[in-house]
Amino acid sequence: MPLLEIKNLAKGYPAPGAEGGLHKVVDIGEFALAAGEQVALRGESGSGKTTFLNLVAGILAPDAGEITLNGVNIAARGEAARDRVRAETVGYIFQTFNLLQGHTALENVELGMAFGRGVDRARAESLLRRVGLGEKLEHFPRQLSTGQQQRVAVARALANRPKLVLADEPTGNLDARNAKEALALIREVCREEGAALLLVSHDEGVLSQFESVKDFAELNRAVTSAPLKLQAPTSKLQ
Amino acid sequence: MLELGGSLAVMILNLIHRSLRQHALSTLVTAGGIALAAGLLLTVWVVKTQAQAVFASTNSGFDAVLGARGSKLQLVLNSIFHLESSPGNIKAEDLEMLRRNPMLGGAIKAAIPIAVGDSYRGWRIVGTTEQLFGEIEYAPGKKYAFKGKGRNFKIGEDEAVAGSYAAQKLGWRVGSKFHPEHGVSGGQHDHDEEFTVVGILEPTNTPVDRVIWIPLEGLQTMSGHNPMAATEISAVLIQLKAPTAGLMMSNMLNASGGKLTFAYPIGSIVAELFNKISWVDKVLALVAWLVALVAAGSVLVGIYNSMSARARDIAILRALGAHRRTVFGAVVGEAAAIGLLGAAAGLAVFAVLAGIVAGIVRAQTGVALDPWQWNPVFAWAPALLVGLAVLGGFAPAVKAYRVPVAETIAPLS
Repeated sequence: MPLLEIKNLAKGYPAPGAEGGLHKVVDIGEFALAAGEQVALRGESGSGKTTFLNLVAGILAPDAGEITLNGVNIAARGEAARDRVRAETVGYIFQTFNLLQGHTALENVELGMAFGRGVDRARAESLLRRVGLGEKLEHFPRQLSTGQQQRVAVARALANRPKLVLADEPTGNLDARNAKEALALIREVCREEGAALLLVSHDEGVLSQFESVKDFAELNRAVTSAPLKLQAPTSKLQ
Repeated sequence: MLELGGSLAVMILNLIHRSLRQHALSTLVTAGGIALAAGLLLTVWVVKTQAQAVFASTNSGFDAVLGARGSKLQLVLNSIFHLESSPGNIKAEDLEMLRRNPMLGGAIKAAIPIAVGDSYRGWRIVGTTEQLFGEIEYAPGKKYAFKGKGRNFKIGEDEAVAGSYAAQKLGWRVGSKFHPEHGVSGGQHDHDEEFTVVGILEPTNTPVDRVIWIPLEGLQTMSGHNPMAATEISAVLIQLKAPTAGLMMSNMLNASGGKLTFAYPIGSIVAELFNKISWVDKVLALVAWLVALVAAGSVLVGIYNSMSARARDIAILRALGAHRRTVFGAVVGEAAAIGLLGAAAGLAVFAVLAGIVAGIVRAQTGVALDPWQWNPVFAWAPALLVGLAVLGGFAPAVKAYRVPVAETIAPLS
């Protein structure tokens, strides 16, 4: 049984003039990811990649379909249950890192554990050492370089021993050298931790590093060629 | 080792702590407002309840006061609290009449005459008998005691006993000498007689501490006093054998057409005073509550205004798996923390304010208040203020609860 299995997943946002008043962003018939597998999704900006990852993470609720993650169909669960699944099963690496500026590197990693299995300082320190920040545990994000901030984000994503790591343009804010290093690090650490990796990017340099690359436009049947102007989400809670 | 149990709570406390530090100025101003409200509220409440209780129970060991026809409150204030002017004098025969009355005399345990009218540098001089310091208990089981080698004055001698507070303020010791001044507030002229301080009383925390005591005859026959009034006294302090006698005496002596006033019971008469001035503490309490409401409003505005800047942090926490109710709780917790900080600082404000008020009350009346004596307001006022702060935190907490995670956290791709 795959770690992640998606069936007939659909998500849209209200948009004036759209069919049924809803602009469909994600419409995926089938998608699966095995445990420990590393897959990259190629897609242009505005193609719905981030919405797709947010659906897989349980941040957004789909309008239809199934998202079975680690044996649980999170699409059928309420928001609190999805939060719990996300905290315990998913690690998320963002393009903009999304570190809490008022917290040290160590505390940021510990935050990645707080809502799931609980804080384990030794592991947080060990992960930061693993990503080369053993000397920067007490540094605040503003005291770190962009590359170092991304390393903290990687350590945080892995902190809670997730089964699945989602990476949304994780090297988009890095220069070429740092991007290559960061990508190698993400893949390496995921492998070491036994976590599957689902990465989305439009950068061919990044995609070329993966053995398994899928075209998101082929996967997603929704028409999303133009950048989307969001209105309020549909009736379902995020 | 995993810290499964309290790690989330610790992390949320850490988040609250960081947020308070990050918004230090707003935190301090808001907590300061709550501290001011807490301090005012505690002071008003404690001083009100304690002053009422202490004043109502301050009777210097007497059950009643007999004096000239007039206001009972004025009589009590003048003869027990040594405030206000005397309502007038009564004749020594009136006291004798009382003692000889077969119905009334038997009910009296002790009757101590006092005469007022002189002072020294603003401190009242009261003439009385040596019996006051020899036999009377000013509180149950407590008799007057003299400091060091001091002793009671002797009748017929120009000797004085000073209350502890007056002696301290005048810098007196045994052997100090003084010329009484005419009038209760002094300043008219000095009498020729020179009195010697022979005893200084140990503190009693009663109005007695503010008085200079001399023999009754010494005051009555002081040079410059009207010789016709040499046998007059200002009041008689009375101890009864049984409280029931007080009502009987009150009915008889206060009957219309009489020339005397029998003030009994002292506690009830003092309580009248507090009823008359109850509007003062109501106004002060209202001010304190208004300050509390403004402080709670500033909690609301302070946190609410910072929510836009914090939306990203909240979205990150939510993306890491924090429930909506967790971020809601964190914001309410932050408001509660501000409330707690304010309430704690409010105790310091109270310590200062109540100390000042207690000092003024002591200086003006001799009555010692103990602001730190347990009062239920110490529990409910801080709790109520923290509750108000928590209420103030609800609106921003709802805003945090509604932060749209996906839109806030990441650009679309």
